[in-house]
Amino acid sequence: MNRYLIPLGGFIALVVLLAVGLKLDPREVPSPFIGKPAPAFTLPQLHATDATVSVAELKGKVWILNVWASWCVACRSEHPLFVEFAKQNPITLVGLNYKDERADALRWLEYYGDPYTYTAVDREGGVGIDWGVYGVPETFVIDKQGVIRYKQIGPVTRETLQDKIIPLLRELEALPG
Amino acid sequence: MNSFTRSLLLLLFVGWASVARAGVEILEFQNPEQEQQYKTLIHELRCLVCQNQNLADSNADLAKDLRHQTYEMISQGKSNQEIVDYMVTRYGDFVLYRPPVKPMTLALWIGPFVLLVIGLVILLNFVRRSRQAAQTEMSDADRARAERLLNEQENQQR
Repeated sequence: MNRYLIPLGGFIALVVLLAVGLKLDPREVPSPFIGKPAPAFTLPQLHATDATVSVAELKGKVWILNVWASWCVACRSEHPLFVEFAKQNPITLVGLNYKDERADALRWLEYYGDPYTYTAVDREGGVGIDWGVYGVPETFVIDKQGVIRYKQIGPVTRETLQDKIIPLLRELEALPG
Repeated sequence: MNSFTRSLLLLLFVGWASVARAGVEILEFQNPEQEQQYKTLIHELRCLVCQNQNLADSNADLAKDLRHQTYEMISQGKSNQEIVDYMVTRYGDFVLYRPPVKPMTLALWIGPFVLLVIGLVILLNFVRRSRQAAQTEMSDADRARAERLLNEQENQQR
């Protein structure tokens, strides 16, 4: 009986490992920034070309950074969620327009709606690299101390918004600034 | 030129062309050490979009940006370690094409050898056990029976 138990046990262990492995998404690279301060930047705004947006000004507020581009197809699937979310929540939503043309970006926002409190223009992608962005869309949640608390790789879904992001926002809002 | 030769030549050309590297931006370096440093680094860093390729091979936009970033930092005189640290701070350990040997990745590095050793042990055990079984002495009754059967067979063959 023992002779069969050992290979069987080994086989079952292997199956469990493989099952867990198949559930993991190899494209998801965990962000090394969770729990670390958000990298500073000062970028021009999309709508007001002589105004800027900077991370330093947003200290004391809980805010969301959403990296998007007009050439990004997946962004279109998450955008209506942000538009709806912005209407119901007074939270600061900063869009990071990543490696895009100003005219295209403006046209895209006009067509799909503009939920952003500010839209920063990262023309060359330098700020993206600083934040470890490797594929749009990506979304970050930053707390009142300017620490990144959550990173979403890929489009935000309704489930992610309701199960992860909104509870986190509530938790961070309750903390002192 | 028959069709075989033509196919062979085509295969050779295609094979040769596919070796051409994607990272073929024309870059100017201040000295050959920097050029070598660049070449080494873009082979050691992973493209996060095409995750099975290093920066040298990948055509992705991000790879182009990161190659450019590497070039900029080399031109500023940064060391290999500084550039690697820069990338790892932003993208984590995964950006290294060769996983670093850390406690967490020890299982990854040593695992195959451990499995090999386990496999060899099991194999040796199996061989030893089957050899033992083959060397068991036959009892006298069995030996007599075997002789009788063999004689019968010989008689039948004649």
